[in-house]
Amino acid sequence: MKKKIRIFTVYLILILIAMIMLYPVLWMISATFKSNSDIFSDISLIPHKITLSGYKAVLRDYGGDINILKAMLNTFRYVVPKVIFTVISSLLTAYGLVRYNFKGRKIIIALLLSSLFLPETVLNIPKFVMFNNFGWVDSPSYLPMVVPSAFADETCFVFMMMQFMRGVPGELDEAAQLDGCSPLRILFSIILPAMKPCVVTCAVFQFIWSSNDYLSPLLYVNTPSRYPSSVFIKMFQDIENGFDWNQVMVISLVSVLPSIAIYAFTQKYFTDNITVIG
Amino acid sequence: MKPATQIKRKRSVNTGILFLLPWLTGFVVFKLFPFLSSLFYSFTDFNLFQGITKYGLMNYHKIFTDSVTCRSLLTTIRFALTEVPLRLVAALLTACLLTKKLRCIKVFRVIYYIPSILGSSVAVSVLWKAFFRDDGAVNTLLSVFGIHNIAWLSNPAYTLYMICLMKVWQFGSSMVVFMAALKSVDTQLYDAARIDGASKIKCFSSITLPMISPAVFYNLVIQLCLAFQEFNSVYIITHGGPRQSTNLFSLLIYNNAFVSYDIGMASAMSWVIFIFTAFATLLTFKSQKYWVFYNDEENRR
Repeated sequence: MKKKIRIFTVYLILILIAMIMLYPVLWMISATFKSNSDIFSDISLIPHKITLSGYKAVLRDYGGDINILKAMLNTFRYVVPKVIFTVISSLLTAYGLVRYNFKGRKIIIALLLSSLFLPETVLNIPKFVMFNNFGWVDSPSYLPMVVPSAFADETCFVFMMMQFMRGVPGELDEAAQLDGCSPLRILFSIILPAMKPCVVTCAVFQFIWSSNDYLSPLLYVNTPSRYPSSVFIKMFQDIENGFDWNQVMVISLVSVLPSIAIYAFTQKYFTDNITVIG
Repeated sequence: MKPATQIKRKRSVNTGILFLLPWLTGFVVFKLFPFLSSLFYSFTDFNLFQGITKYGLMNYHKIFTDSVTCRSLLTTIRFALTEVPLRLVAALLTACLLTKKLRCIKVFRVIYYIPSILGSSVAVSVLWKAFFRDDGAVNTLLSVFGIHNIAWLSNPAYTLYMICLMKVWQFGSSMVVFMAALKSVDTQLYDAARIDGASKIKCFSSITLPMISPAVFYNLVIQLCLAFQEFNSVYIITHGGPRQSTNLFSLLIYNNAFVSYDIGMASAMSWVIFIFTAFATLLTFKSQKYWVFYNDEENRR
């Protein structure tokens, strides 16, 4: 009996925390179905009068050529290449560091680890000056965001892949090498399949982080028709100036749906890997 | 390392370096060069449109004499010292609950991580702004308990805490690290303690805390670094106001660099915050020997 009460209390606390964690999100979802006059007067999660006016209104174009759907497409246009480049370049770097031994390997690992602690704040300004000199600011293919990822710019992913690759047995690629497999072939047909959970985790995190990133598009995208969703929401909120909150909530919700969906579908992969990068 | 891998390593030395070339190039172009040029800019009056006319320490001198920057620095420290401990305590307590062997516990784990998925997205900041309005959901809920009309967004006494609350709410990433650490604690230790008649609280403070102290340390370092750089939330929710109460240093850097294009000043500021972060990290590293317990002493970094 005593044990039952204890388990009941634990569940009660768990549910209470779950409510705190979810309430703001649920509130946002319900706000998208409320009329503007109801959003702040009605705090219940089920709107007493459901309206789709918010959804209808946000589909119209703003400033001529941007709406939330176009903005989301813009986001994907740099997030997807970024994810692909990050995975490939981090994989290659990790492969070179884990499976090969050469002079200076330790120094390179030390550099890699120290760059984990280098705050972006210090790099943002000189990088802006540099990309500005390159003429990359406001480039239609989002070069300042995409190009660095082809060079394994986010070290934490390299680090994570290294940790995981150390656990992949070396005997297999040794045997493949004796059979005359090229190093690249070994990486992609022997090591890569064994690293699926790690690759998925990296891809998901890079997707979510890059979609959430606000500062880079704020600095490097100036043309409204090329705005990604993060900048678009801020612009929309400023234009609306707090009048049409249900529309602001609709575009906010729509903008985070891809991240939530990807998390929901892949979370079984990364419950273990998540720890490395937090 | 495994013997099989070692044989191979000796054989193909050059291929290994070939695989590292992309990262090395990227490191030099996108990390080392910007890092050094930022240091150089910090000693100049570089303006994006007017170029450099003066060299010297004037930027640093101004940072530590100007009341706005000094206040902002203090605000940033206050923010980090409020947010990080609260976040770690919330994450640790929740992680303890989540490592209990109960049915459906996985569902809770997935739910608790959702706020962290939304992370620094603009959507969350916008949501927070709506949530903490004078007539927003938080005040309506509080009024049930008899607390009325807290001006979260316009009273300088509360704004920083409102931002802190948002970051604490997103404790998921720290929680996951704690969970992994809690799972690796040897259960025999608890059994032994129970036989000796130790209470739950005693078990927690004498076994759990020392055993997971490396995870506490890791979370502390990472979260301090991140807290010193917080930008999105203050930029979107408060713009630094009211009366500079949320004027975090990174916001000041942004305004200097990309609003007034005073690259020199902004670079100097970013170096100040970098040195602060490095100092805080170093201090945490140095303090390790007093409170971080490594099971395998060789692992001590």
